[in-house]
Amino acid sequence: MRFHGIQSVVLAVSLSLLTAPSWAQSPDPSPSPQPPDQAPPPAAPEPPPPTPAPSPEPPAAPPPTEVPPGAAGAGGPSGPLPVYGPASSKVFNPDMAVIGDFLGAIGKNDSGRATPSLELHEAEASFQAIVDPYARADFFLTFSPDEVGVEEGFITFTSLPANFLVKVGKMRGSFGKVNQMHNHVMPWTDRPLVTQNLVGGEEGISDAGISVSRLFPNEILFLEATAEVYRGESPELFRAPTRGDLTYVGRVRGYRDLTESTNLDFGGSFAQGHNDAGPSFKTRLWGADLAFRWRPLRRAIYRRLILRTEAVWSRKELETGAAKAFGAYVSGEYQFAQRWFAGVRLDRSDRADDPSLQDKGVSALLTYWPSEFSQIRGQYRYTKYAEDIKANELLFQVQFSIGAHGAHTF
Amino acid sequence: MRSRFAVFAVGALLAPGLPGVARAAGPLNVVTATEDLAAIAREVGGDKIKAESLSRGYQDPHFVEAKPSFVLKLNKADLLIAVGRELEIGWLPPLITQSRNARIQPGGDRYLDASLTARILEIPTGQITRAMGDVHPAGNPHYWLDPENGKRIAKAIEGKLAAISPGDAAYFAQHEEDFEKRISDGEKRWLAMMAPYKGTKVVTYHRSWPNFAERFGLDVIGYVEPKPGIPPSPSHTLEVIQAMKRDNVKIIMVEPYFDLKTPNSIARETGAKALVMPPSVGGEKEITDYIKLFDYDIRLLVDAIKQTGAK
Repeated sequence: MRFHGIQSVVLAVSLSLLTAPSWAQSPDPSPSPQPPDQAPPPAAPEPPPPTPAPSPEPPAAPPPTEVPPGAAGAGGPSGPLPVYGPASSKVFNPDMAVIGDFLGAIGKNDSGRATPSLELHEAEASFQAIVDPYARADFFLTFSPDEVGVEEGFITFTSLPANFLVKVGKMRGSFGKVNQMHNHVMPWTDRPLVTQNLVGGEEGISDAGISVSRLFPNEILFLEATAEVYRGESPELFRAPTRGDLTYVGRVRGYRDLTESTNLDFGGSFAQGHNDAGPSFKTRLWGADLAFRWRPLRRAIYRRLILRTEAVWSRKELETGAAKAFGAYVSGEYQFAQRWFAGVRLDRSDRADDPSLQDKGVSALLTYWPSEFSQIRGQYRYTKYAEDIKANELLFQVQFSIGAHGAHTF
Repeated sequence: MRSRFAVFAVGALLAPGLPGVARAAGPLNVVTATEDLAAIAREVGGDKIKAESLSRGYQDPHFVEAKPSFVLKLNKADLLIAVGRELEIGWLPPLITQSRNARIQPGGDRYLDASLTARILEIPTGQITRAMGDVHPAGNPHYWLDPENGKRIAKAIEGKLAAISPGDAAYFAQHEEDFEKRISDGEKRWLAMMAPYKGTKVVTYHRSWPNFAERFGLDVIGYVEPKPGIPPSPSHTLEVIQAMKRDNVKIIMVEPYFDLKTPNSIARETGAKALVMPPSVGGEKEITDYIKLFDYDIRLLVDAIKQTGAK
């Protein structure tokens, strides 16, 4: 979430995209320069709508709900709408949503990793739409107390042959599970110690690049392989002083239904890039993840259990030689009522720079959903840091979402 | 290492697909969001198609999990039929994106929104907000519970199937016509059964039944849910009990995926009956097709009305 130069440009462009829908107009072919006060030329052809427009009712069926006269608003346009202008461009506006993530903390933490007592940790604005018959685009802009950034902004080509899916833009890398999660979909208020120590913290592996993934359809299991190449700049993890210092990420994911209510989701990941210890020093990460889910279909809105674990092995080249570190978490969440979830997480992780230092933690969580669009969560967290600093904390979180109804991640 | 990784990555990505997935030129592979759509597609497509539903009939269609195994089904789909009206907004879009199937993307020629020709109720007018609960801005998506809409869905599917395999157009047209006739016969039967009870007042758990109520002459006076998607609250439950006592309501219709605790306690207070009424094919084992859905529900309802003396 640092305010990089590149990000600011992307942000500026994407913002101008939103505020000035006429940016994409093709330049006037006439050689004479356009006076600045002239009306903008007709908009470029618009992409097709995300869903087919409803066709008229069949003549046999009586009309549905009547729109009361004047419902369009006093002073609104009468007769057919103008072809150009704000009304016609609105149809193609992306789905927009804003998610607020409010965090608080009570208790003592002298480790230097203490979070503020109260903060609007993040406001995430999302803009999602279909680009054209071949692709869709997703932008996630994050505003945190002192930074603005593009968390993700990418195009997904959905119409490629041979079961390929290609994403281009700034993305969270496909390394394990937690690295791909936005803050608001995590089952905890914080990220596990292994993510903080070995996988770049909250930002994680998140960079500008290209992701190619392929599905291998077969009768036995869902099998997907992903290969990604990034510029090489993931704060806290990878640094790219030269153009050749790219980051590579690879992942193989498998999934299988055990019964209609239970399933297994598993994967192996790899990442490599140049670290900040010196010009030619690399960091390599290997990861393994496993999740078991139970959700009875008849009672899907009342009961579910998710058990998940993720382990990461890190090899970081330093002046003093290669530091090999290991970290993992084990987490369980159980839904015991329509709006209530309880969870536990066990954490342990070496430090990437000095594997002899090991942090350990345990958390207990309780989450309440007033509706699908808001969530209140409390997390008791005990952490024993390597320096023998012990922290007992109560973290609490309020999340709220307005705008388009997003899909639920699996 | 970099080159080793590159070799691995390129090799893995370019390796041929695993065996056993060659797209055979057999029946058309139709994937639907719900079992009702699969049942109607089977009536129209006969043995020229193979229809499979992602969700089960006893499952809340709003809250289906976007399991990766569904990606595999969509990947080889020749046609995707969705209920539409944002019923599947929480789970279907990411599955379609990941399907690697260009034809079933929204707007593609193999994507059918079954609601487009149906009669849709409860389309909100004016300002709507989520203070109203999880409202569907494009109207109530439970429209398949009117058999007349069943005919319209069948017609839309027939058009789509005929466009995909024009050689079988006559076959589909004949099956569709036969299905419409059987629905019409059934409808006469169901309406005759319900005729003595026209105007019966009922309470339903969720707003799943406006089309059904309109067709069969029920008067829905309230809901167990205070607002769509919001679980029952004590104060709202009390209001429902009072309204039911005032209007002498004896029937509470509950979809099979909701908890019976609140409906049962309302039933105890009011002398009503909490009926588990499947809104979808597959909601009970014996409901194996679209016509049996109405056979089952109407019989259940008429028996309960007789038993409780509901008005």
